[in-house]
Order: sequence, then C-alpha cells, then structure tokens
Amino acid sequence: MSIAAALPAGGHHAPSAGPTPSSRSKFTPYFLLLPAGLALIVFYVLPTLTLATTSLQTGSLEQGYTLTWHWPTYGEVLSQYWPQFARSFGYAAGATVLALLIAYPLAYTIAFKAGRFRTLMLTLVVAPFFTSFLIRTLAWRQILADEGPVVSFMKATGLMHLTDALGMTQGRVLATGLAVVIGLAYNFLPFMTLPLYNSLEKIDRGLLKASEDLYANSWTTFWKVTWPLSLPGVVGGTLLTFIPAAGDYVNQQFLGTISNTMAGNAIDSLFLQQRQYPQAAALSLVLMVAIIVLVSVYVKRAGTEELV
Amino acid sequence: MTTMTAGVHRPTTPRQHSGAGRWIREHLVTMFGILALIYLFVPIFVVVLFSFNDPTGRFNYTWVRFSFSAWADPCGISGMCDALLVSLKIGVLATIVATILGTLAAFAMARHRFRGRAVANLLVFLPMATPEVVAGSSLLTLFINLGMPLGQTTIFIAHVMFCVSFVIVTVKARLAGMDPRLEQAAMDLYANRVQTFTKVTWPLVLPGIVSGAMLSFSLSFDDFIITNFNAGQTVTFPMFVWGAYQRALPVQINVVGTAMLLVALILVVLGRLIGKLRAR
Repeated sequence: MSIAAALPAGGHHAPSAGPTPSSRSKFTPYFLLLPAGLALIVFYVLPTLTLATTSLQTGSLEQGYTLTWHWPTYGEVLSQYWPQFARSFGYAAGATVLALLIAYPLAYTIAFKAGRFRTLMLTLVVAPFFTSFLIRTLAWRQILADEGPVVSFMKATGLMHLTDALGMTQGRVLATGLAVVIGLAYNFLPFMTLPLYNSLEKIDRGLLKASEDLYANSWTTFWKVTWPLSLPGVVGGTLLTFIPAAGDYVNQQFLGTISNTMAGNAIDSLFLQQRQYPQAAALSLVLMVAIIVLVSVYVKRAGTEELV
Repeated sequence: MTTMTAGVHRPTTPRQHSGAGRWIREHLVTMFGILALIYLFVPIFVVVLFSFNDPTGRFNYTWVRFSFSAWADPCGISGMCDALLVSLKIGVLATIVATILGTLAAFAMARHRFRGRAVANLLVFLPMATPEVVAGSSLLTLFINLGMPLGQTTIFIAHVMFCVSFVIVTVKARLAGMDPRLEQAAMDLYANRVQTFTKVTWPLVLPGIVSGAMLSFSLSFDDFIITNFNAGQTVTFPMFVWGAYQRALPVQINVVGTAMLLVALILVVLGRLIGKLRAR
C-alpha cells in the first residue's frame, strides 16, 4: 500500500493516453515481466539451445556425450527416418483437411443459425475435450475396431472396397493411416472450430443481405462473401490443428501399427528407449524446423501474415 | 440502409424450388453442423457407456454386461488413484505458479509500452506454437545436461513453462477488452490507485484470471507428451493410461474419464450461474 501511495498520482490525464492509462515507472513493465520472462527463457529458450548442442554431440550413454560438432548425425537421421517425417506431415495434412470439412459447417451453424442456443452449442463443442485426451483416443479404438459399427457399415455399403482401392484401408480401419487421421482430426477439432467461429461471427450481416439484394444466390454469396471473410479463421484453425497433429504420436500409437509410425514415435523411442540422445535431438530439431518452414510458406501464401 | 432495402423487396431467387427441396437447401448446412456435433459426442458416449461394463478379459474393449462395480470401487486398480493424486498435485501447483507469473506478465504487456515488447510477444507465442514432442524433448536435453534427476519437480517445471503462455494470452485478452474509461472514471471520482485497482480493475480482470487458471489446470492435468519426456519414474494419470494400454485396460479408467467430464460440466454450469447472478 505504501508503495502505491508513493507513486505519482495520475488520475486526470487525457483519455487520449491510449492503452496505457497507468504508465508509472519506466521499469514497472520489466518487473512485472521478469518472473514469467525468466521462466520462459530458462525453460523454453535454453532447452531449445541445449537441444541444438545435444544434436551435435557424440559419445555413448555409458561414457557420456561431448560436443564434437558432428553434423553427419543430421544426414543419418534424415535418411533413416524420412518415411516417419513423410507420414507425420501427410497424416497431419489429412487430419487438417478433415477437421476443416467437419468444423466449417459446425462453426457456420453456431455463428448464423444457432440463435439463442449459441452459448449452449459452443459449450457442447468443447465439452468432449474435458475428458482425458488418451481416454478419448482409446474410445476411437473401440469405434473403429474390426468388428465395430464403422467397419460393419463400411463393409455393408461397399465403401470399404473404395477406401481399400484408394489405399486408405486394408480390409480394416484400425491400424491403418485412415484411423490415425480420424483420431488426429477428432482430437484437434476445437482448435479448428473456435477460430472459424470467431471470424464467422464477426462478419457483418449487412454484407450478406447486400449480396442477396444484388441477386446472388446462396452459393455465390458463400464463395464471394462469407468464405473470403472467414479466411483468417481458416488460416488460424488450420495452423492450430496442423502443428500439434504433426508432432503427435498418441493417436498413432493407439490407432496405428508399428509399420506406420510418425516422427513423434521415433523421437520418443530414440530418447526414452534407445537413449541415443544426439540422434533424438537432431530428429526433434528437424521436425521443428520443417514445421516452421511449412507454416511460414503457408501463412505467406494465405496472405495473412499479421495473424501470427 | 441495408435493413431498409431488405425490407422493401424480398430477394427473388433466380430459380423457384418445391417446398421440400427448398427446406433441405436452406437447412443443409445446419444439418451438417448438427451431424458434426453428434460426431463430437460419439467417443464420449463410448467412454461413459463402457464405464458401466463388466468385461471378461483384461481389456475393456467389448461390451459384456451392465455393472456398477467399477463405479463402486474406483480405486480398485493398483496405482491408478496414486497417479491421479500426482496429477492433481502437479496440476494445482503448476496452475498457481503459472497463473501468478502469467497475470503479472499480462498486465505488463497489456498496460505498458516498453522496449522489447515484440520480443516479449514472440517469447509468449513460441511455446504455444511448438509441437509437444519438441518442447518435451528440449526440456529433457536441458535436464540431462544439467544432470537433474527426473521426477515430480521436472514435470512441475515443464507444466509451468507451457501453462504460462496460455494464462498470459487469456488475461491479456480480458485486459484488452476492458474499457479504460471505467478506471479513469474511478480516479475522477477521487479513488486512489489502490482503491481503483481493488474496486474496479481487479473485479473486471478476475474472470480472465479464473479462466486462465482453469485452462492451465486442464492442460496440466491432461498433458501426456511433455510429461512423458520429463517424468522419469513418476506416473501421472495420463501416463497410467498409456501404460495400461499395453498391459490391461481396467473399467476404472473410463470411470475417471466420465467423472472428469462431469466435474468440468458442473464447473461450467456453476460459472454460468455466477455470471448471471453478478450481471443482475
């Protein structure tokens, strides 16, 4: 209290002071930032650096590792684990597209059609994610099981022949890439739905009315007005889905098999089972860099750089 | 203006449709939306249903018969309730620390202009954009290099690290949405800084801090990947499920899954009620 009393009173400054109505001392923001900033520097920035140095070490678990700037590790892990990387990005891309296809009508319904049920529907969208991530994924294991309802339906309707021909399934769904994609799309669906809802909800209804008045049918109105205006949500949602999906290995472990592992599985097993730290660190760093490169290309092409 | 024109002439659609076809056209998106909502709840239905199962083998995968036995004895599985307690403890501690650090930083970032703001924003954003495997494995390399033993402390550190950013973003959004004139009005009415803060600023920011804390608890309680890298021999609840998947999958896991859902829903309903009461 005494500290606050000692501060200069600034009650009557002009409203044009902007977002800083209480700029007291020059150092106040730094004091406020210090604890969190220190935590993030020591436990986020520093670990990223140790990840980089670990990837350039050589040695063994018994004799210890020393930094020898051994670059060939990167070549080794890339040539050995490129299929895992390809699957990581392939599955994550598939899951992102599937999540967008499911989330868009959902977000659209909540934003434009739900009326007074809007809050209820938004709560329902996040409610399934209050239960454990791993338990949810195990439930998909049961739903997609060989004798389960999905497989029976697909076999009865002949859909299985189609997906088999496309190489998505192999007479079953569980243990295939499709199962992993379905699990990933499901688990990251709120990350797609909420940004989409946010940008759809902001659209001025007058614009839709205007388009209608100018004799555009609902299809044209959607593609010329609604979709372009929802693009920030699309970009945000796809990023928030793609990034965690590319690094995930829980869905793969529960819904895939040993023959379609992703980069995450490889990093986990190299670190925790095989304990080949340099290889593991190199793999982890390559995943990070690959994601950053992909995301920046995507954001640049989508033309919404201010988003991140 | 738009409302006026809309009122004057109803848009004449180029093609006229029969009643049923038109109804389907108009409600197609809504139907897909509702289908998506049903899809969201299918796995939840399975989780809840199978918490009442009485499986014959070690794995709770196929439906046998209805039973309350797992609900009557939730801790009947060795290690599961210990793991739950570990998760609760780490969740609470990490949430307290992350909420304090995050709230302070949010005030700095929302209320002050200072050199290095862009760097601070980047520092907050990056942990949220980093895939969990990368964040978890980087921390592991730090702990290995420092020779720090893995356990509850390292899990706690990891959880604070990834929760802080989410608290900062949540509280910052609340502060940004606040009308600065409310505080100016309080000061114009001769409230001093302390009074303005406790009577105006704090009650307005509190909902943001509470949602930040709740978000951070749920992230910590449910985290698997980052925890798995930094846990050593410690077993949290998600790690228990991961291990159980390989050995035996007891019904009690579904009981916990269902209970988590119930607790969260009760909290949401309570939050709504409190919000309504305060608004009155």
